[in-house]
Amino acid sequence: MSKGRYGIHGGQYIPETLMNEIIHLEECYEQCQRDEAFNRELNRLLSEYAGRPSELYFAKKMTEDLGGAKIYLKREDMNHTGSHKINNVLGQVLLAKKMGKSRVIAETGAGQHGVATATAAALLDMECEIFMGKEDTQRQALNVYRMELLGAKVHPVTTGTMTLKDAVNAAMREWASRVSDTLYVLGSVMGPHPFPLMVRDFQSIIGKEARAQILEAEGRLPDAVVACVGGGSNAMGLFYRFLKDEQVRLIGCEAAGLGVETGKHAATIAKGSLGIFHGMKSYFCQDKFGQIAPVYSISAGLDYPGIGPEHAQLHDMGRAEYVPITDEEAVAAFEYIAKTEGIIAAIESAHAVAYLMKLAPQMGKEQVIIACLSGRGDKDVAAIAKYRGVNIVE
Amino acid sequence: MSRIKDVLIRNGKEQKALVAFLTAGDPGIEQTKDFIRELIRAGADLIEIGIPFSDPIAEGPVIQNANLRALAGGVDTNQIFQLAAEIRQESSVPLVFMTYLNLVFHYGYEGFFSRCQQAGVDGIILPDLPFEEKREVADIADKYGVDVISLLAPTSENRIRVIAEEAQGFIYLVSSMGVTGVRETIDTDLESLSTLIRKHTAIPCFIGFGISRPEQAVEMAAISDGVIVGSAIVKLIETHGNEAGRYIYEYVRSMKEAVMSARP
Repeated sequence: MSKGRYGIHGGQYIPETLMNEIIHLEECYEQCQRDEAFNRELNRLLSEYAGRPSELYFAKKMTEDLGGAKIYLKREDMNHTGSHKINNVLGQVLLAKKMGKSRVIAETGAGQHGVATATAAALLDMECEIFMGKEDTQRQALNVYRMELLGAKVHPVTTGTMTLKDAVNAAMREWASRVSDTLYVLGSVMGPHPFPLMVRDFQSIIGKEARAQILEAEGRLPDAVVACVGGGSNAMGLFYRFLKDEQVRLIGCEAAGLGVETGKHAATIAKGSLGIFHGMKSYFCQDKFGQIAPVYSISAGLDYPGIGPEHAQLHDMGRAEYVPITDEEAVAAFEYIAKTEGIIAAIESAHAVAYLMKLAPQMGKEQVIIACLSGRGDKDVAAIAKYRGVNIVE
Repeated sequence: MSRIKDVLIRNGKEQKALVAFLTAGDPGIEQTKDFIRELIRAGADLIEIGIPFSDPIAEGPVIQNANLRALAGGVDTNQIFQLAAEIRQESSVPLVFMTYLNLVFHYGYEGFFSRCQQAGVDGIILPDLPFEEKREVADIADKYGVDVISLLAPTSENRIRVIAEEAQGFIYLVSSMGVTGVRETIDTDLESLSTLIRKHTAIPCFIGFGISRPEQAVEMAAISDGVIVGSAIVKLIETHGNEAGRYIYEYVRSMKEAVMSARP
């Protein structure tokens, strides 16, 4: 079996043009992991620049209102650039620099990964180009402008469905044409090995902190941890440090869009099947001939037809549960957490909140849930208003 | 052994080969059949038939769009097997599929390669199946006598030996970095790569990616066993649609002559 396997999933299904570079990347990553100076620099950036550790916030009002388990929120929305994406990006851009690269490229859906990459590139003096589906550049215009302010060039991708999957295709094509000075900074726990491993490692700080913080606050481990899943990086980052704590339920919330039976969704575990795409074997939404399906979600960040290979394995093993959350449920949760706790969470994160609202009341008052607020929702306010039929004048 | 091994011999004489690519189902499956007949009539020595995929990450815009047009027209893998079988009834020209691994995986490896054998398809090119993952299909393809074609890129220098030693059918030498599509110039030192490849394998080595003009074909054929032309043909189909047949014939004829004129 080839490298980077999670059970039957994972691997390195990429063009020969990229193979040498990806082998080189893997070697450099392994070196950096062992390099004290690299780790010191990364930790310094994470604490002084990104603002880590992020808070583990006891959501007292939600806990009282929902009337069940104690609810804690891991506040990745409080990081610099407003999401968990900065954790991974600082790691990868620093790695790119150690590899002697002068340019980074990235794909982005909601724009959070693009903004984080553009930020790290600005800080570390790298040239930066971002690929974003044209449809997403329209629904996330604010983030496009932000990336440009940060000095990045944003390429609207007009092929296919003009969303995240096409942005990944475009970034892979670009990388294949220019590997010598460029690193493709992948935004999730997906793609060919070593990306799923590397992104998980960089994001595992979420779970590492959450585990220590809950032990400090409650003197015990949580009964469940909940996070949204597109490719799955904030979820994998949260889950990873709890994998061996078998009493902790791991729950990923995927985008059910208009409903899993409507065909307009991005619920890979609920409706997908095994396939090979974007460099990995995993589960994908696809038709009976293996054509990748156009997917849909109100949240551009979850609008992806696949899921990272390690999640696919956790699903196969039954170690993690994956539940579909519709647009309507996510919007209701977005409004609920805003009114209850005074937090405007990303629409992606609102998928996790929506499940929290279902799960907490079924649990005992002595039980504990941690939900990951992967990002903040400023970028989504206009989309939510539109969904509710409110016209916001600029 | 497949028909591919005979591709460098025509009328008992050694020659340089022209490999022609098109996307099946663009604009329709019947037109594809006619276009392949034109390719053969014009002297193409090996036909590469693209099975369209929704997300062809190794392709530039020309072939990407052909994939999307073909899928929008409703073509599927079964129709393409049927097409290959019909061409095989008419001609002994080697036929090779070019597609992405997910389509083959989803069809079922056993079913896919047994149908290749029934239809007389000699080989398969899977741009997202590098040497490291070759075991995914190697044994099953072998069982049905289908060559899995290996690609080598300008960055492959330190990988040539292991890849070439196991290679079957022919070696697809990628001329330059990036994706398929017409290029003005090709800067890679292909001659040294090609020489290195020949040290490790006796099977033909064809150069592809970016070749569109007869002058380029002469130059590339001089340092290899032949050239692969794809985007330029697909572009003719994009421009002329149903009427593309005669343009394809004329173009491939000129490219074939160019390739033949290259010094061995």
